[in-house]
Amino acid sequence: MTVNEEQTHIIAAIVEHKPGVLYRVSNMFRRRNFNIESISVGPIEPRDLARMTITVRGDDRTVEQVIKQLAKLIDVVKVSQLHSNNTVTRELALIKVYSPDTRSRSDIINYVNIFRASVIDVSTDSMIIEITGDSDKIDAFIELMKSFGVKEIARTGITALSRGAKSLKVG
Amino acid sequence: MVEMSGAEAIVEALKREKVEVIFGIIGGAIMPVYDVLLDSGIRHILVRHEQCAAHAADGYARASGKPGVCMATSGPGATNLVTGITTAYMDSSPIIAITGQVNRRSANTAYMIGRDAFQEADIIGITTPITKYNYQLTSASEVPRVVKEAFYIATTGRPGPVLLDLPKDVQAERAEIEFPEKVEIRGYKPVTDPHPLQVKKAADALLNAERPVILAGGGVILSNAFPELLEVAEFLMAPVVTTFMGKGAIPENHPLSLGCIGMHGSRVANSVILDADVLLAVGTRFGDRSTGTLDTFCRDTRIIHVDIDSAEIGKNVDVDIPIVADAKKALKAIREALTLRAERKKETAWFRRIKELKEQYEDTLEPGGEDLRPTRVLKELRKIIPEDSIATTEVGQNQMWASLYFKAYKPRTFISSGGLGTMGFGFPAAIGAKTACPDKFVVDIAGDGSFRMTEQELATSVVEDIPVTVVILNNSTLGMVAQWQRLFFDKRYVAVHLSGIPDFVRLAEAYGAQGVRVGSLEEFVKAVKEAMRLDVTTVIDVPIPPEEDVFPMVPPGKSLKEMIEG
Ligand SMILES: Cc1ncc(C[n+]2csc(CCOP(=O)(O)OP(=O)(O)O)c2C)c(N)n1
Repeated sequence: MTVNEEQTHIIAAIVEHKPGVLYRVSNMFRRRNFNIESISVGPIEPRDLARMTITVRGDDRTVEQVIKQLAKLIDVVKVSQLHSNNTVTRELALIKVYSPDTRSRSDIINYVNIFRASVIDVSTDSMIIEITGDSDKIDAFIELMKSFGVKEIARTGITALSRGAKSLKVG
Repeated sequence: MVEMSGAEAIVEALKREKVEVIFGIIGGAIMPVYDVLLDSGIRHILVRHEQCAAHAADGYARASGKPGVCMATSGPGATNLVTGITTAYMDSSPIIAITGQVNRRSANTAYMIGRDAFQEADIIGITTPITKYNYQLTSASEVPRVVKEAFYIATTGRPGPVLLDLPKDVQAERAEIEFPEKVEIRGYKPVTDPHPLQVKKAADALLNAERPVILAGGGVILSNAFPELLEVAEFLMAPVVTTFMGKGAIPENHPLSLGCIGMHGSRVANSVILDADVLLAVGTRFGDRSTGTLDTFCRDTRIIHVDIDSAEIGKNVDVDIPIVADAKKALKAIREALTLRAERKKETAWFRRIKELKEQYEDTLEPGGEDLRPTRVLKELRKIIPEDSIATTEVGQNQMWASLYFKAYKPRTFISSGGLGTMGFGFPAAIGAKTACPDKFVVDIAGDGSFRMTEQELATSVVEDIPVTVVILNNSTLGMVAQWQRLFFDKRYVAVHLSGIPDFVRLAEAYGAQGVRVGSLEEFVKAVKEAMRLDVTTVIDVPIPPEEDVFPMVPPGKSLKEMIEG
């Protein structure tokens, strides 16, 4: 069944780990008028390959095009869509929140415990929290932190693997 | 292993790829390569603007089926190639562009990449979206592998331009060089064989069709699939329409040929394709100029789409039976599957209908009236030049008149910028085509506006002795734009008058070429025959009525059904 509504889709690509490849990928997205919501990249094994996890918004036809256009790039060795029902996704966020007094500090630590996040830095009037999870969880946590005042956020974007036997490998 | 410089390695690698000719312009950052070229046996053709080096390489490639090579220095030389590279990219033409670049490293000067050095331009960044792939060389030792990959990528799968950017210090560097025999690119494995199951489905659909139609695109020409196309068409008695890029895929005087579809397609082609119950589309990207509005294009037709680029399938048009494969292999497989299942069709009701339609429409294609109307000029031209002559076109009305009234009888004999619509393409492309096919008569069907964009190549044509003939359909306006202003902008003419200068006869003569102005059809015929006999660069200036329109036409944003006439 094809869906004409816009949705977020996760695409994983194994690419050559060399200079210019991220440019080629992002250039293709811009040229074809596709929107990248997030992109995360890191080297894998063997070390001359890297894995990109890209989230895009669009209908089914758009994602199909995105995947085909990615596959067409010479430096993209493999590409596949990860379907949400059998994929684990994680994102990491670092959040700097105001915590000028003990009251706010203990409130924040309470939330941190509930969300299985952790405090990784404390200074006189702020602390940095690290949280990992799916994007909804991180969104919810940031929403709560807003009442204290958020100074800065850094998010990695989604990275993902499909569950079980299925895997995206080269060779 | 042999010790040589990067420049020597480049030239040696080009020789191993059987490159015979390079179109280019020299400059500081590419001098080491040119120095080696001098003793290489490879012919260098000095053009007068780098854009034309790329167009000439493109024309060479389209006429011969072999990759064309162009070369330029860094900075402005490289950026001047851009229009030519984009033109080749849009029409999937295999060219190799070689550019000089400033040094990668420099011990004691800022003449190096990233320092805004003299004539530094980020040609890799600039050409990434308009090449199939591009490389900036990092060492002399990788030259052979990279050149081999570049030719492999440019000519296989869906062909396209590849650019090699050569920093000057890499050209100068000496290294132990080894030339590989094989190419191995793990991210590039084009599929060429059709899936047997899809082929069976396609054959069944075609045999069960009442009104089958074949649409041939540029891919049929690129893969040299003409005999296979004709066999399938004749087996099914199915009419063949082409896209503009597919013109020449079937001889246009064949009973099954109906001409081009599209904005300036023939009436019979545009109406027959919409009538098809099964459409076999081969090597086409269903471009907007071909299909008209998508919601009226073959909505109830079962579409079989053969393309070597899987990204083309489903991009613009929904497809029932996709076949990702080389056009030649796919058509051969379909033909075999058809033969296994049925007898070759005899006269069908559909074919009789096609014949009727053809006759009905054919007459109105015959224009009367004034002597030098472009339609008559082009029909006359077709009559007097040999069947295997190569015609290139410029862009605008001249191009669309050529599409409608100048029949192509052989593949690779009609060469035009379809995808990008680049004015100025036709003349340098003609020079490239003539370089590849010196024994053929080569003519550029031109508009005066377009010819002005690359006319300086008259020098190249004369000096390098590459004689081509330019027929200027001279309306002294940017005719196609004026036509749109007449039809869609209430005759508000803006920026379309060219004021009748220069005098093209004297311009030609200034370059040492032959120039003739003709006043009648008779004189035109004489001038063309003279050009063929003398075999010298000739410009034939044909004054045509300034307000002549190209019809039929499907207005932009309309269905192929809604053709308008004069
Ligand atoms: C490089 C470039 N610039 C502008 C255009 C837009 N354009 C399309 S057709 C045309 C007029 C072409 O005039 P001419 O070559 O005299 O041909 P005619 O239409 O009169 O036959 C123009 C300006 C183009 N296609 N290419």
